[in-house]
Amino acid sequence: MSSETGPHENVSDDKNLPSAQDASGAEPEVHTNPFADPGLAPHDPRIQDIDERAAKRSERTVAMLFTVSMLATLGFIVAYAVIPVDEYVYIFPIGRISAVNFALGMTLGVALFCIGAAAVHWSRTLMSGAEIVQDRYPIGAADEDKAGALAAFGEGVRDSQFGRRKLIRTTMFGALALVPLSGVVLLGSLGPAPGTKLRHTAWARGKRLVNENTHEALRPEDITIGSLSFALPEGLEHDDHSFQKEIAKAALMLVRLEPEDIKDQQELEWSYQGIVAYSKICTHVGCPVSLYEQQTHHVLCPCHQSTFDLADGARVIFGPAGHPLPQLRIGVDDEGYLMALDDFAEPVGPSFWERG
Amino acid sequence: MSNAADNVRPRASAPRGERIADWADGRLGIYGAAKKNIRKAFPDHWSFLLGEIALYSFIIIILTGVYLTLFFKPSMAEIHYEGSYVPMQGVLMSEAFASTLDISFDVKGGLLVRQIHHWAALIFLVAMFVHMMRVFFTGAFRKPRELNWLFGFLLLVLGMFTGFTGYSLPDDLLSGTGVRFMEGAILAVPVVGTYLAMFLYGGEFPGTEIIPRFFSIHVLLLPGIMLGLVVAHLILVFYHKHTQYPGPGRTNSNVVGFPLMPVYMAKAGGFFFLVFGVIAMISAAVQINPVWVIGPYRPDQVSTNAQPDWYMGFSEGLIRVMPGWEWVIPTGHTINFGVFIPLMIFPLVLAAIAVYPFFENWVTKDQREHHLLDRPRNAPTRTAFGAAWISWYFVMLVGGGNDLWAIFFDLSINAITWFVRIGFFVVPVLVFVVTRRICLGLQRRDRDKVLHGRETGIIKRLPHGEFVEVHEPLSQEQLHLLTQHEQREPAELPPAVDENGVKRKVGPIERLRVRVSRGYFGPHAQIPKPTAKEYQEIMSGHGHH
Repeated sequence: MSSETGPHENVSDDKNLPSAQDASGAEPEVHTNPFADPGLAPHDPRIQDIDERAAKRSERTVAMLFTVSMLATLGFIVAYAVIPVDEYVYIFPIGRISAVNFALGMTLGVALFCIGAAAVHWSRTLMSGAEIVQDRYPIGAADEDKAGALAAFGEGVRDSQFGRRKLIRTTMFGALALVPLSGVVLLGSLGPAPGTKLRHTAWARGKRLVNENTHEALRPEDITIGSLSFALPEGLEHDDHSFQKEIAKAALMLVRLEPEDIKDQQELEWSYQGIVAYSKICTHVGCPVSLYEQQTHHVLCPCHQSTFDLADGARVIFGPAGHPLPQLRIGVDDEGYLMALDDFAEPVGPSFWERG
Repeated sequence: MSNAADNVRPRASAPRGERIADWADGRLGIYGAAKKNIRKAFPDHWSFLLGEIALYSFIIIILTGVYLTLFFKPSMAEIHYEGSYVPMQGVLMSEAFASTLDISFDVKGGLLVRQIHHWAALIFLVAMFVHMMRVFFTGAFRKPRELNWLFGFLLLVLGMFTGFTGYSLPDDLLSGTGVRFMEGAILAVPVVGTYLAMFLYGGEFPGTEIIPRFFSIHVLLLPGIMLGLVVAHLILVFYHKHTQYPGPGRTNSNVVGFPLMPVYMAKAGGFFFLVFGVIAMISAAVQINPVWVIGPYRPDQVSTNAQPDWYMGFSEGLIRVMPGWEWVIPTGHTINFGVFIPLMIFPLVLAAIAVYPFFENWVTKDQREHHLLDRPRNAPTRTAFGAAWISWYFVMLVGGGNDLWAIFFDLSINAITWFVRIGFFVVPVLVFVVTRRICLGLQRRDRDKVLHGRETGIIKRLPHGEFVEVHEPLSQEQLHLLTQHEQREPAELPPAVDENGVKRKVGPIERLRVRVSRGYFGPHAQIPKPTAKEYQEIMSGHGHH
């Protein structure tokens, strides 16, 4: 039904008459207020409310869903019993996946889903579709309850003599404030004081640079222009108890540059025939820097994209790192192997308060 | 007055179910609560399901998590792997990583439970986030529900950290990178950073303590707190009674909905099975966190595209785009602003949304209870604030995935970083302005619809040749819905001089409140809703459209 706006008959439309509505009190209002709440609309019967055959169909649907769930659970048990844990199958379009994972997950999923679908279908088609109305009550207490509560509390306070016995009050607060300190003090056992731990690494004068992959000591000729090599300090073995802790600080990367490409004077002095050794641990938050652009001599940290120029003292040229990668001073020993001439001159890795 | 002995009911005659209930009532006093609550009405709306998804995924996480603890070994002792996954055989790894491989390859059904656990965790956080937005945009956080808003907010924050400690447990190369990141972030704390790091890791990174400690935090401390908060959250939902959307017959003093028993029980209970079923099917078909591809953690190795789980992404964005400001102050100490500032912004971003209800209440000074939800357009400033916050969050999320954006959209990573740096400040402002205008536009549309009816698209030619579009008047239900909301007056400063002629002092905070209130409710902040008089004038033919 449509009509132009203007003089119109909508307000007197039958179903909007207050008499046709829920008796929730809109009646006297609607003459003065055209926007009055018409009240809850009467419940439209569903087909299941009218037609018992439709209700039967709904019943069968719900029962069928519960039955499918039972079958799926049986399927789950059979799949668990029958499929070996190491069998893989091709499932289009997913690809090759664990057969038992797929079978268990799907049967479990169907078993659960069908219970849910059955319950929801049951509630939507067969349980009463009419909404009910209930009153709310204020959350806060009535005044007499409040007065009663305050009176009881006041009586309790007076009984305790808390207000009068100032000495008790003060010492009690003192005791309660101090006692948690025991717990705080116990937290001191969580770890050692930092001391100078963050300042030293496993590198020291004379330690050879060992290829991280082949475990063989590196010679200068092993490092070619354009390559990126990773090195460990001699004597640090993967099986060592402290390997993870030491490698977290000592990880080293080596590149060979044309000596004339090195822009930084100290970098040149600390290099050996154009081979420069830098800490691999990013000075931002400690990821291993490992993406190398051989033409630009930039290394990029894959975690947060800090970019360092290895030809210019590992200066930060992009990203969130706050200072250059520390350089390790290297040379060769009597037998021609690359070795460290010292530990790193500054702490490696992320910056910290005492770093200076 | 009867004493306890008189109160014993005859037993044998009642049906069995009633006898059991009597037994329970004699010990627990269940009938009083049951009488009040069995037919308790729960309003129905799809958006109320979001919180249910969060609740159900939390339950699923607990169920699957308990199963996983039966197999997982939270130990960083290094062993050579000897399980059935051939590519890793002989590789040195922590027991935590090895037992994760065992769960994935040797425990039948272990992979499924692990995948359900992880998928449910992701869905849990999405659901909490979206549920919080629903509560925000409809104003459901208003009195009496501010505390429940805070409980929910705490659940979100604790959920994030439970997720972080959880995905770190396998001790794989990806999550280990996140644990290293955390070390770097803690080291950036001025004065005590190194101590905090040493205490947390039990010495130098990575040490052998962090996985066992994360395990205690992940399976005991955080979920214990969360379980308590969930229970409190639900008790309050029950006690306050659920909010409802405005509509015919729905008022601030009633609840219109379906009775707890049987309809809501069937729907909500059924929905648990639907959520669980869908998550189980996802976990059957879609692999998540394949740690065997990534490998065990080593501090000198890393893979590209390292990304945290989505809910940590915004903090990752902060850390990625922050300029690397690092100062050595005259005392010889280093302040690493490049990491410390993001570390401080991280809680502030979250706090901004958490304190909003208290901010709005400070502006409105509203002491009434609100059980009828707002339509978001009718609270333009709040809606604009929420949209701005979401856009802020997403700008940071883009920053957290800047490498992925660069790869998939073929963009320069430097350009993305600069976009995020500028967008961090600019995008929320733009979104705020645009959202507010959209809300006002929708309010105008509502006003037009009330006064002039719905445009039907039917063109009618009048006898003298004029073409007019036929407008259909709204039904009484719609008229009520579009006009039921309250429109506030902005706060005003008291007169400059009081009744005794003395100059009144108004503090700067009150002045600020009045200004903010004008921003919320002033003439430019809301479209006056049609009055009965306007409506009647138009309807009686004097008006024009």
